[in-house]
Amino acid sequence: MIDTLVHMLGYSFAQNALLAGILVAVVAGLVSRFVVARNMSFAVHALAEVGFTGSTGFILIGLSPVLGLLSGSMLTALFIGTLGLRVRERDAVVGVVMAFGLGLGVLFITLYARYATAVAILFGAITTVSRGDLMLLAGVAVVTLVGLGVMYRPLTFATVDPIVAEARGVPVRLISVLFLVILAAAVAEAVQVVGVLLILTLLITPGATAERLTAQPGLATVASISIALLATVGGILLALVTTVPVSFYVTTIAFVCYLAARLGGPAVERLRGVRAE
Amino acid sequence: MSANGRTRHRGAAVASRTPEPAMCFDRATLAYGDRVVWSELSMTVPQGEFLAVLGPNGSGKTSLLRALLGLAPLASGSLDVLGRPPQRGNPDIGYVPQHAGFDRDVPLRGRDLVALGIDGHRWGFGRLSRADRDRVQSALEDVAAGPYADAPIGRLSGGEQQRLRIAQALVGNPRLLLCDEPLASLDMRYQQEITELIGGWSRDKGGTVVFVTHDVNPVLGFADRVVFVVNGRWAAGGTDEVLTSETMSGLYDAPVEVLRVKGRIVVVGEGSGAGFDIDEPHHFPEPAGAHQ
Repeated sequence: MIDTLVHMLGYSFAQNALLAGILVAVVAGLVSRFVVARNMSFAVHALAEVGFTGSTGFILIGLSPVLGLLSGSMLTALFIGTLGLRVRERDAVVGVVMAFGLGLGVLFITLYARYATAVAILFGAITTVSRGDLMLLAGVAVVTLVGLGVMYRPLTFATVDPIVAEARGVPVRLISVLFLVILAAAVAEAVQVVGVLLILTLLITPGATAERLTAQPGLATVASISIALLATVGGILLALVTTVPVSFYVTTIAFVCYLAARLGGPAVERLRGVRAE
Repeated sequence: MSANGRTRHRGAAVASRTPEPAMCFDRATLAYGDRVVWSELSMTVPQGEFLAVLGPNGSGKTSLLRALLGLAPLASGSLDVLGRPPQRGNPDIGYVPQHAGFDRDVPLRGRDLVALGIDGHRWGFGRLSRADRDRVQSALEDVAAGPYADAPIGRLSGGEQQRLRIAQALVGNPRLLLCDEPLASLDMRYQQEITELIGGWSRDKGGTVVFVTHDVNPVLGFADRVVFVVNGRWAAGGTDEVLTSETMSGLYDAPVEVLRVKGRIVVVGEGSGAGFDIDEPHHFPEPAGAHQ
């Protein structure tokens, strides 16, 4: 099995996949912390699904599906960001935009009539990532990470303590829109690994698991990134030596991590003597 | 006067050198659209005073804090805070918001919450300097929150969370502390502790406190001045001037009785069928038509 792995890693598609996986995991792990803390699972879902529409649309007119995905999710982020600033509105706006976006997606697939491509976008196809795609992914990753680095503190403040953050002069609304845009980029990245339908495994599970492990924000971020890396890299390596798709392994590893944290978390707390109530 | 909130050492001596009032409302009117929250409010509060903001729910007490924070612009009139127009993110203001409670699983410790009070508004990643970490620690100790500063904040009691909020508001060495219902949902013992913490800070550091509360009794020992807002109207002055049957009846435009029972003040109204919940005698009566 090790021999097979070494052999497979000699191929450039495998190297591309691993590099792409690492990029995606770092971005997804970091973003995931805030997605969970800001209760944005539904928004992630919508960004991914309208991203799907974007990529089918771009394929139809002969452009890069990755770019289409990015455009679709960005456009959705701006829609949600400008129309649904209040939490109360947000879910409804997300739902409305997502439904329409998916409707367009149906149209594009019908016009194009090549379901294999659609399936790749829906379930992920990291082993088909080209050098060009990799460069695009790296570019998006850098922009995303720099963006998050710049707004890390005010984003944290606005996330855990929005009222005081606003009073202290944090531009809470601007941060909210900026985060959606970054989230859209992260979604477009993560879709490359796990696909539109399984996106939550990289953008929710790592953050949700990290929350169970530590109450220290910095550590939680490191844990979230580590879990995303473990699931992605582990998933790709396992898929290389078996015939089961990457997405299955990634989702399974992430889920096992979450279960372990749920079951092990209380035990850790008891060891540390943290009060239960 | 130094603009740098960190290095400033304050106290009664400095307060006397900086004679500008903590806040000065001059015929200030606040409205959201057509709805006037309070109108023509005129009141000057010198530095170092403890102002209790009273009134029934929805009468614009929180809006008064938002005006001071620069988050709610006035419709007319003027407001100066420490000698300047209200300004968002004013480092001279500490703010304890209405208690909402933290989610059980939020990955945040009390220490982190307090640290956000120092640098949470700054861009970038950043790491607290040694000196800032010491300031966080001493702010935690000032409110006696040291023992649970490293526990997940969502697992702490309401009183403990409230102490951490006060530490967060005070860590930046503000001159003005705004507290929005800091006693809500706390039991009597905690109510007293929190009030003493805030009143003690004002007394020791010469800081000004604006304390929004629906029950005046816990702060009777500290309040230098009260402002009562209801139905767009207001009355300001000493506790004994404002909390009288005459003033209150005028404000409510209905007969209201202010009773002093065993050192506590009880406001009893019966106006226009608004009724009064006898089980919660500290609640101020709802004005007639308040719900329209």
